Amino acid sequence: MKARLLLLLGAAAATAAAQAPAPERRSGYDFMARETRAMQDDDATNPGMLWVLDGEALWRAGAGASGKSCADCHGDAAKSMRGVAARFPGFDLSARKLVDLDQRINLCRAQKQKAPAFPPESRELLALSAYLGRQSRGLPIDIAVPEPAKPLLEAGRAAFRRRQGQLNLACAQCHDALAGEKLGGSPIPQAHPTGYPIYRLEWQGMGSLQRRLRNCMIGVRAEPYAYGAPEYVELEYYLMWRARGMKLETPAVRP
Amino acid sequence: MARTIVNVPATARRGDIVTIKALVGHVMETGFRHGETGALIPRDIIRSFVCSYNGEEVFRAEFHPAVAANPLIEFSTIATQSGKLEFRWSGDNGFSAEASAAIAVE
Repeated sequence: MKARLLLLLGAAAATAAAQAPAPERRSGYDFMARETRAMQDDDATNPGMLWVLDGEALWRAGAGASGKSCADCHGDAAKSMRGVAARFPGFDLSARKLVDLDQRINLCRAQKQKAPAFPPESRELLALSAYLGRQSRGLPIDIAVPEPAKPLLEAGRAAFRRRQGQLNLACAQCHDALAGEKLGGSPIPQAHPTGYPIYRLEWQGMGSLQRRLRNCMIGVRAEPYAYGAPEYVELEYYLMWRARGMKLETPAVRP
Repeated sequence: MARTIVNVPATARRGDIVTIKALVGHVMETGFRHGETGALIPRDIIRSFVCSYNGEEVFRAEFHPAVAANPLIEFSTIATQSGKLEFRWSGDNGFSAEASAAIAVE
């Protein structure tokens, strides 16, 4: 009897390890200290709001050879951009490729504003993506997977499960199988990208999801990809799809 | 000028203790870090923060290199009369930022 019970428990643990089922998905917010949660929740104390305000100014400022601002075409971001950030990365049907929000901003700059692209992780790019993300705060992540994007989603899933680096670890080994446990005293979250770009206290600043992925890759001693690499975008796509239905928290604060 | 976010209750009763929050964007470079070439990154921090209430100083803080980037200051004062709260940050390399907020006291 005892042996059978143990067997059953073992089987339950194995299923739980495979992937946290939808109702048990938890945002990184749930793993944070009360003080850090309060910091994120109050716009007067959330340092990410400094970037959101910068983004609002950029939204209204003319740029490039066209002299047009984002607002000239898109109008009031609170209306036109509501829910947009929750749908990225998305498959661009005309370019036949996957683009994340940062790349989409730079596409608009190149094609419509005739302006040079913002460099990755630049203050301006983070400010605009934080401002756009803010317009979708509280809305569920809604990632569409059209037929031509299916292999890209699978590539992202494979990357999440692939062991890499000198430590020979896959993302899934920590973030699926060991989520909720501790790594060096810090909780291991389930890796749902619900609040990017985030204000990370460790960074003393704002950073994109790609910066965070780079962080984990260096952590397992793998060589990180260059910013904007398709491998990152596929992984972002898979992670956002995996977090579909969860509410966007941008700009989130993380320890 | 640096971006600031201040939060003051719009209205208060006379004699109430009101909580004030002031956030400012600043890198707060400590002056102890070395760059990629090994050279010391020069210190660049905010040195002082002052809040005055209708011209009277009610709160002052001195900052040092251990203060985090984008520092948030939370403090309280007693609502005495309607008027304006003025915030001023100043620091290295001629850094200066200002903000103000109105409060109505009944």
